[in-house]
Amino acid sequence: MLDAVRSVGRRTIDGIWRMGVAVRFFGLTLVHSGICLRRPQLVMREIFSAGVLSLIIIVVSGLFVGMVLGLQGYETLQTYGSEEALGVLVALSLVRELGPVVAALLFASRAGSAITAEIGLMKATEQIAAMEMMAVDPIARVVAPRFWGAVISMPLLAAMFSAMGIFGGYLVGVVLIGVDDGSFWSQMQAAVDFRQDILNGVIKSVVFGVAVTVIALFEGYDAPPTAEGVSRATTRTVVTSSLAILALDFVLTAFMFRGV
Amino acid sequence: MERTTLDLWVGLFVLAGLGALVFLAMKVGNIGSFDAGKTYAVTARFDNVGGLKVRAPVKSAGVVVGRVGEIRFSPKNYEAVVVLNINSAYKFPTDSSASIMTSGLLGEQYVALEAGAEEKMLVQGDTLKITQGAVVLENLIGQFLYGKTGDASKPTTPAK
Repeated sequence: MLDAVRSVGRRTIDGIWRMGVAVRFFGLTLVHSGICLRRPQLVMREIFSAGVLSLIIIVVSGLFVGMVLGLQGYETLQTYGSEEALGVLVALSLVRELGPVVAALLFASRAGSAITAEIGLMKATEQIAAMEMMAVDPIARVVAPRFWGAVISMPLLAAMFSAMGIFGGYLVGVVLIGVDDGSFWSQMQAAVDFRQDILNGVIKSVVFGVAVTVIALFEGYDAPPTAEGVSRATTRTVVTSSLAILALDFVLTAFMFRGV
Repeated sequence: MERTTLDLWVGLFVLAGLGALVFLAMKVGNIGSFDAGKTYAVTARFDNVGGLKVRAPVKSAGVVVGRVGEIRFSPKNYEAVVVLNINSAYKFPTDSSASIMTSGLLGEQYVALEAGAEEKMLVQGDTLKITQGAVVLENLIGQFLYGKTGDASKPTTPAK
């Protein structure tokens, strides 16, 4: 009985301790970010591996999500005789929610897991220890460029996801089904507000980018230096960051769209 | 990877991302159409604003000339006070009238501004004197059921 209580206590303390370490790790990353300005080439490389290589999955999923939205939205709107509102439906749901959230989920599984595995393996093969031996700060050299590379990539990917999705909705709605072209765009433009919808979507994607990257970097840096440890850390990155994205999305939405 | 190829790919990626943002802002959102301009605020009091929302359009002759900035209730005379932000490019006479209309049968509500004949123009902080509140559909149906016409000033004939 006492042992059970004790194990609950130990887990709680461990959890809080880990969270504290993660926050300190995040702070340390920010403090050591100066190198990214001195050697932008390091960040470039990370934008390439986190952003450019995620491009295909983001663009293709965006297109398909938009096309499905177009089909489903048309089915429902048709019963109310307001097919012209299809543009509004597709654009608002993508720009406000689906764009940032789905892009961030894909980003977590595509780029976040890669970051964790890479840093975890660097640690397992003692590359990080070797850097410390050579008086190179691994946080500045390895962690900070990956952080900024991913944080810069995420909002751009989310914007591309939304743009592709709207194009997909246009393809299905206007080209395939034959909703009126003019009212599709004009109703969309009348309903979508730059500050309220698009800018809030961008803010969301930046927050998700920071959350996913910090979780991925910390899990990698914290992984036990074994094959099993790295594989567990990678799994944990995807699960934790997906949950973090969904929870943060609810909180942000509650703040941003609390009724007008 | 060769440094120049890497730079090229990253450059293309960033440009494509920014292009997507510009596409969202210009083609999907309504930036550039109105929000950027300077505005002046005019208040109008309505007995009923119906379903009017903040940021609803203010139209004159069907053209959007401004947006609703604020809607609040005045406990002094139990009226709704609506602040209209009108684009500085458009000047309206001081005796202009505002009424709340609905676009289409079930569409969103907007404020319609009808220009008056006064020489003086409205400036920041002015109040519109002639207003007409929203038509409440239930009242209209009620009037119809009891055989009244929409105009309350006419003598009403009781229904059979």
